Formats: sequence, structure tokens, C-alpha cells
Amino acid sequence: MGWTILRHLGAWLLIGWPAWVLAADPLDSPSWEDLRKRYFAGQTVVFDEAVQVNAPVSAEDPLNVPIGVDASGLAGVQEVRVLADLNPIVEILSFQPGRAQPRLGFRVKLQQSTPVRAAARTADGVWHMGGTWVNTTGGGCTLPSTGSASADWQRRLNEVSGRIWHNAAAGPGQRVRIRIIHPMDTGLAAGIPAFFIQDLLVADASGHALMHIQGHEPVSENPLFTLDLPEGQTNLAKVRVTGRDNNGNRIDAWVTP
Amino acid sequence: MKTRLAIVTHLLFWTLILILGLPSAWSAEFDYQLQPKAVAPDTWVLQGRLEDFSFANGGNIVNTAFITTADGVVVIDSGPSLRYGQQLLAAIRKVSAAPIARVLITHHHPDHFLGNQAFPPASIAALPGTIQDINREGKAFAENMYRLTGDWMAGTEAMTPAAPLAPGTLEIGGHRLELLALAGHTGTDLGVFDRTTGVLFGGDLVFYQRAPTTPHARIPAWLTSLNHLAALPFQVLVPGHGPVTRDGAPLRQTRDYLLWLDQTMRDGAAAGLDMTEMLARPLPPAFRDLAVQPEEYRRSVAHLFPAAEQAVLEPAGARR
Ligand SMILES: [Zn+2]
Repeated sequence: MGWTILRHLGAWLLIGWPAWVLAADPLDSPSWEDLRKRYFAGQTVVFDEAVQVNAPVSAEDPLNVPIGVDASGLAGVQEVRVLADLNPIVEILSFQPGRAQPRLGFRVKLQQSTPVRAAARTADGVWHMGGTWVNTTGGGCTLPSTGSASADWQRRLNEVSGRIWHNAAAGPGQRVRIRIIHPMDTGLAAGIPAFFIQDLLVADASGHALMHIQGHEPVSENPLFTLDLPEGQTNLAKVRVTGRDNNGNRIDAWVTP
Repeated sequence: MKTRLAIVTHLLFWTLILILGLPSAWSAEFDYQLQPKAVAPDTWVLQGRLEDFSFANGGNIVNTAFITTADGVVVIDSGPSLRYGQQLLAAIRKVSAAPIARVLITHHHPDHFLGNQAFPPASIAALPGTIQDINREGKAFAENMYRLTGDWMAGTEAMTPAAPLAPGTLEIGGHRLELLALAGHTGTDLGVFDRTTGVLFGGDLVFYQRAPTTPHARIPAWLTSLNHLAALPFQVLVPGHGPVTRDGAPLRQTRDYLLWLDQTMRDGAAAGLDMTEMLARPLPPAFRDLAVQPEEYRRSVAHLFPAAEQAVLEPAGARR
């Protein structure tokens, strides 16, 4: 199609230009320029296929759109930011990989079809960006959580469950999956204030961070995170999950295999 | 940039129209081209396409049926829209001038009941659970169908069946109909077995050559219902979607698919797969070649995988 050719042309024209000219967004998003100014002002952003966002082309459930971010093709990733351009709340989450790979699986609420993009900052300060369009019938952000409608969640708020895999079918390293009971209300449903997990630290038994996650409102209710450790790291016996939501409620639990 | 995309979309749109000759279909005023086929004495089936809802098919992806009896016509499911219901009624009138005695709605999915407005309100009947489900979700289903099929839906509104059905035998105009209260495809599924002709109408408990849909599925209950249907001495089997058969092949195919789907969800969750990895999994040949694959498999992952994950991450009662 025409725009693919234009994108290639664009790539050729960019040779020898300063990085900030790399504004021709491969996702062809109407709001990328605004987002770039808002979240990456004065910083270098390059589009880089080493950063992958895996998501269904067409999402069945706008309240639970699965997203897999993978920046493990880059060395020395310090931080990854995930944004959904056309969502009423653009910021989905950020994470800083510690001993875990720069890779994270989770689910989000989407209000309409939108690009979902991940930017990974390497040690030189450059943001490497990849992404994909997700189509959805939408409505995911203005619906109340099911938790808000039930009495059960208050008793179980911030309850953590999870497991550690040693031979995940998905890869050679160890894998940790963590689920936390939380309504994750966006504040956009009438009469229900924003209520969401803001800060989460996943650490090994000796306190070393596997990953630090900063959540925002669009992360789905009862968040479920998938973390991968590098190949060969097989001594993870248990992990500790600590953190808090925006109302100051604490999270603190151990996950064992 | 958006403009460029819009131009490409427009070009594609008009090219498609030229290729498919849609203007003639549209000027034919949303004609579903319904063709009732006789499958047994007094018994007619209108088979829908093996597709998902689209602007091109107007929602005609479903099988509806009717039985002409001495006391009037019994209709099984009314189709996806008011227009469909009207055209179904017109198709019935080519075969029989008798009044509509009963419209039996098998379950609350939109392609099965949104033609209700074309029929006498008092004749429309469903099991109580289906009536409740249509009351609760019917309006949203109808809105969604407007989005998926457009003007085919003109004038369509969700109309709740007036008459609650009791399971058991319904004698009508020389036909002995057995009404079976089953479940699994949705919370309430009606099976209709005509003991007089040996025709079994399975509703959406039975799919054939088209992947089953699972937005409200409970697989264990669905399998139990399939066993129940398989035990009946039927001569002709009418699936909710897919061709009519004279054997139990659709029951076996639906059962095998559900067993595989259930096991695939459990295995994936036990292996620690993330949902994006589940979506990317290749399908085995037996199920890959069904119509609307891999789309239905992927939709089913969204419907069924979260519960399988939860069972693995959070063993029942472990954290109370
Ligand atoms: Zn159905």
C-alpha cells in the first residue's frame, strides 16, 4: 500500500539527519506528535524493531486486552514506558527491569481502537520505540470494574497469588506470573473515583529487584503480570511482591513455586 | 496521515464493491436470499453462511427452521434482524398459509432472536432463563449488531419472548415435540426433538464445519448436553450453525473441539503461558480447517483462558 512505500522513503531520507527528525511514526498515529512532546520532550526517540509489542489485532474483550512488551532484543534497557495513543488515559505502565528481562506481559482496558507503543530507554538515554495497532469495539475505560460491584474485593484487596515456572513452554529461563486482587478503577466511570496500583516491586529472596512496575489506571482489573528471567538463571526459589495503590493500601506477599 | 489512510480505505471500499457487484445486492434492498430446504416431512431449514457477522452477510450466519403442522407453523429461531424475520415469514408463506403457532427461541444470542418483531408477540416462546438473558443483554446485543452489519438491522429492536416454556412434550398439530432444557453454550439452551419426524434441532449446542462460539460457554455443562442429545433416536440433525446431517457427526465434532479447547486452556495455563502466547498458538489440522478459524479460537482464548489461569495461580481455598 502507498503508505508503506512512503514509510520506506522516509527511512531513506532520514539517513544522516538528527534523530529527532525520526518523527515519521510507523504506526501512522494522529496523536504521536503530541505524545512525543508530552512524554519525550528534549529526548531522542528512534523507531526500532528490536522493541516488540504483541497484542491481538482485534481484541475480543476491551476490558482485558492482552499485551506483551519485549525489549530483550536491546542490551542495557533501563526503563520501558507503555502508552496507548488514543486511550482517554494514555499512560498504561512503566517498568524498570532488574534481574528480569526487559519483557512484561499484562492486560489493559482500551476505550477505542488505538496504537499501543512501548519505548525502551537504553543506557545512552535513547528511547527505542515499537508498537502495534489494536482494534477493539471499546468502552473498556468508562465501564466500572466488576470488583466495584461486588462485596468480595474489599476483603481480598491487594491479595497476591502467583507461581514460578522452571521450564515454561514459552522459554528457557524461569518465569514468574503474579496476580493481584484490585479493582483498578479508572475514575472515568460515573461516581467511581480512580483507584489503582501505582507501585509494585518484584524482588528475589535476597531482596534484589527483578522488576519495578509503575501502574496507571488502564491496567486491567486484578492485574496479572508475566515476568521472565534470563536464560540459565534457575535458582529463583521465591519472590516477594511489595507495593501500594493510589490510596496508600499496602501490598506485601511472597510467591513460591 | 489519517487522510492518506482514509483515501486508501475508500479506494479499497469501491474496488471491493466493483469486484463483488454489491450495488446489485444493495439495490435488491437487503435481500437475505432465504431458501428453505425440506429436510424431513413438514420440516424446512434455512441455512446461514459459515461466516462471522459482516456488512456483506447482514448477520445471516445462523440456521433457522420451521415445521408446518395441522395447527399452524412452528418456527425455530427468528434470525439476526427484523428484515430477516420478515423475509423468513415470507419464505414460510411460500410453503404454508397457516398461522404462526409458536416461535421457539433456542437461546439469547442475537442471531437467534432479533427477528422476533416480525412474528405475533404472543407466539414467541423461550425457556425462562433465556427470557431473563434477553431482558438483561438483548439491547446491548442489538446495538452491537448495528455496528457489525449496519443497515441490515434497520428497525430492529430486542423483543423479549412473551411465553415462558416448560421443558417436556409439546403436542401440536400432529407433531410431538420434546422441549429439552439444556445448557453450556449459554446459561440456558433449548433443544427441540420432533419425535414425529425424528428431526433434532440442536440450537447452538451443535456446530458443524464452523468453529463453535464461546462468549457465554461453560464447557462441562455443554459436554453433558451433547451427551444428552447423542442419546436421542434422531434421523436428522439440524445444527445452530453448519449443514444438516443424517448422522451424529456434528455432535462428535462439537464435542471433540470443546474437549480440545478445554485441554488447550488448561495446558497453556499449567505451562505458564501468557495470553498473547496462547493467541499465537497454531491449531491442529482437525480444527484449523473449520470455518471462522483461527478467529473463533482466539475469541475463545479471551473467554476461557482467564479462568484456567486463575485455577493455576490461585488454587481454590488456598489463600483464605
Ligand atoms: Zn449462540
